[in-house]
Amino acid sequence: MPVYDALYDFDKEVKHILTRHEQGAIHGAQGYARVTGKPGIVFATSGPGATNLMTGIADAMIDSTPLVCITGQVAAPLLGTDAFQESDIVGMSIPVTKWNYQITTPEEIPEVMAQAFYIATTGRPGPVLIDVTKDAQFGELEYKYEKCKKIRSYVPETNIDPHQIKAAAELINEAKKPMLLVGQGIILSNAEEEVKAFIEKTGIPAAWTLLGLSALPTDHRLNVGMLGMHGNYGPNKLTNEADLIIAVGMRFDDRVTGKVSEYAKKAKIIHIEIDPAEIDKIVKTDVAVLGDAKKALKMLIDNVNPNTHESWHNEFKKCDAIENEKVIQKDLYPTKQGLTMGEAIRIVSEKTNNEAILVTDVGQHQMIAQRYFGFKKSRSNVTSGGLGTMGFCLPAAMGAQLGAPERTVVGVVGDGGFQMTVQELGTIAQNKLPVKIMLLNNNFLGMVRQWQQLFFDKRYSFTELHNPDFITIGKGFGINGHTVEKREDLDASIQKMLDHDGPYLLEVKIEKEDNVFPMVPTGASVSDVILEP
Amino acid sequence: MKKEYILTVYSENHIGLLTRITNVFTRRKTNIDSLTVSESALHGIFKFTIVVHCTEAMAIKLVSQIEKQIDVLKAFYHTNDEMIFQEIALYKVPIEPIYESDTIEKIVRKAGARILEITKDYVVIEKTGHKEDTQALFEELNQFKVMQFIRSGRVAITRDPIERLSEFLKERDAFLTSLD
Repeated sequence: MPVYDALYDFDKEVKHILTRHEQGAIHGAQGYARVTGKPGIVFATSGPGATNLMTGIADAMIDSTPLVCITGQVAAPLLGTDAFQESDIVGMSIPVTKWNYQITTPEEIPEVMAQAFYIATTGRPGPVLIDVTKDAQFGELEYKYEKCKKIRSYVPETNIDPHQIKAAAELINEAKKPMLLVGQGIILSNAEEEVKAFIEKTGIPAAWTLLGLSALPTDHRLNVGMLGMHGNYGPNKLTNEADLIIAVGMRFDDRVTGKVSEYAKKAKIIHIEIDPAEIDKIVKTDVAVLGDAKKALKMLIDNVNPNTHESWHNEFKKCDAIENEKVIQKDLYPTKQGLTMGEAIRIVSEKTNNEAILVTDVGQHQMIAQRYFGFKKSRSNVTSGGLGTMGFCLPAAMGAQLGAPERTVVGVVGDGGFQMTVQELGTIAQNKLPVKIMLLNNNFLGMVRQWQQLFFDKRYSFTELHNPDFITIGKGFGINGHTVEKREDLDASIQKMLDHDGPYLLEVKIEKEDNVFPMVPTGASVSDVILEP
Repeated sequence: MKKEYILTVYSENHIGLLTRITNVFTRRKTNIDSLTVSESALHGIFKFTIVVHCTEAMAIKLVSQIEKQIDVLKAFYHTNDEMIFQEIALYKVPIEPIYESDTIEKIVRKAGARILEITKDYVVIEKTGHKEDTQALFEELNQFKVMQFIRSGRVAITRDPIERLSEFLKERDAFLTSLD
């Protein structure tokens, strides 16, 4: 209450968005942070307000998103007494925050807030939670704010060891089949130009992780595609042929490595990483370069020899041709009756000239969108990677639009995830955020259904959804929209969505039982990637 | 191969940090065999001594995850050989057997233990040593039905002639000054 009362006087200085649910607020803050690089800020009240943030905090933690979450708390004398709307949010959020702290006196506020922003945004970014008791909010203090520049027990990044750069450069210069893995670290350290310069000099093929997407333009000649479970055929298959893996700002997630004991066995591993705890966590490295990716790549560029790796690139091209024939053409230019997710994504991408911000939810549509949406600019892909949070898209798209008001933001969402945070249509409408929502509706929890089909003998246990009339729901919130079911109407429908002044909901009724391929089945090696069932 | 490791953690004295540190073990499904926390020789810096039974690879991961916590200054892991360590145990034994024979007295002497308190009902014995030693004394005394027995967490110091924390703090101070 006291914080909101103060906000009443600062509506020009502080842009406040009232969401419909705290989960909407935190995913919105994540969307904002991901497109701007600035920390997202969330307020939530004590008790249930605070606990409703938890999913978003966990999501931001695993995806290294800078957030400052400020929660209300009961007055200090009531702490621990099970007071009305008391929840031990500091205790609860310990495993999912980079740092958290409870403020019980007004004097602590300036210093702790300064530390919160410093910790959230430096080193490997992450969420910080500050819990402020009611009496601290009501108290008064002599206001003095000083930016935090250092904390004795926290060194966000170490100086890069030139010996490690030398050792890495030697491996790079000797390698015949090197591969570079682009993680989100490239985006977080603004190293997009450096990574481009590095691969252009060395000719090394670059593949990206889900969160590394958009760091490198889609049409860059050295961009060989996506890694992981539903990544491209070449980067997965050839990981196990490579003699050198250079991983930059990524953490060898199990969705990327497949069976770790059979991952990149022919390769030496260079890991460029800011977080020391990631080194050797999953994959044993030969050379670890600890520090900021941008600085490390800058130093490396001067130490590596020019190369083209032509015959190695030809191996990728061969794989691309196979994937194109077996998967991509069928996804993007289908001849069967039902609409595919792929063709809808392709049309949006083409019509926005690969310049839109793509926000996705979690599931089949997410994988298809990541595979086929094109990008020119970095920080244009917002998705829930590590945690895989369904319900992320709609509020994150709203936050992304607030962070980049001049850009087209397209939220691609499934019918399952859409209903998890659908109430944020209200926030979008109230704030007139021109988000374009493309709902790919197959009346299923599609990814789960795919697994049931492939690995559980088609036993579709509780994955079919009897959905509401989404367009009527949108209209109820004051958001225009329409449904498209036929291929001949798809192009015009997408055009209508993009041309609409303001938010728009386009429901695309797609083939019910389509699957996402390629696929590295769980427990399989990346080179055992399959192209069809 | 799993064996016993001693993890030492130096941290700021902040509320909630104990949970942050023990949570690292919970997430890695590693049991803490013993935990001792107290202020170190340096004012304001707290020292955790944690004993775990795990592989060296796990010990390394635990240390790096602990060090990642914002309020932790530094964490190390050691094998038992690299440290001098002790635990303290207290035994409460009924008084009658002492009146009846000198067996308990002999056991106490042989074990290098000492008597802390004698009342008309019981005697309290203290023994410092490794777990095997304090456990052996327990077995011996238990023929007289030990009424209460408690063993502390481990305290340990390195055999290393260099005080690693002071070295570390010197380096850290220099690094922080270089940021100014």
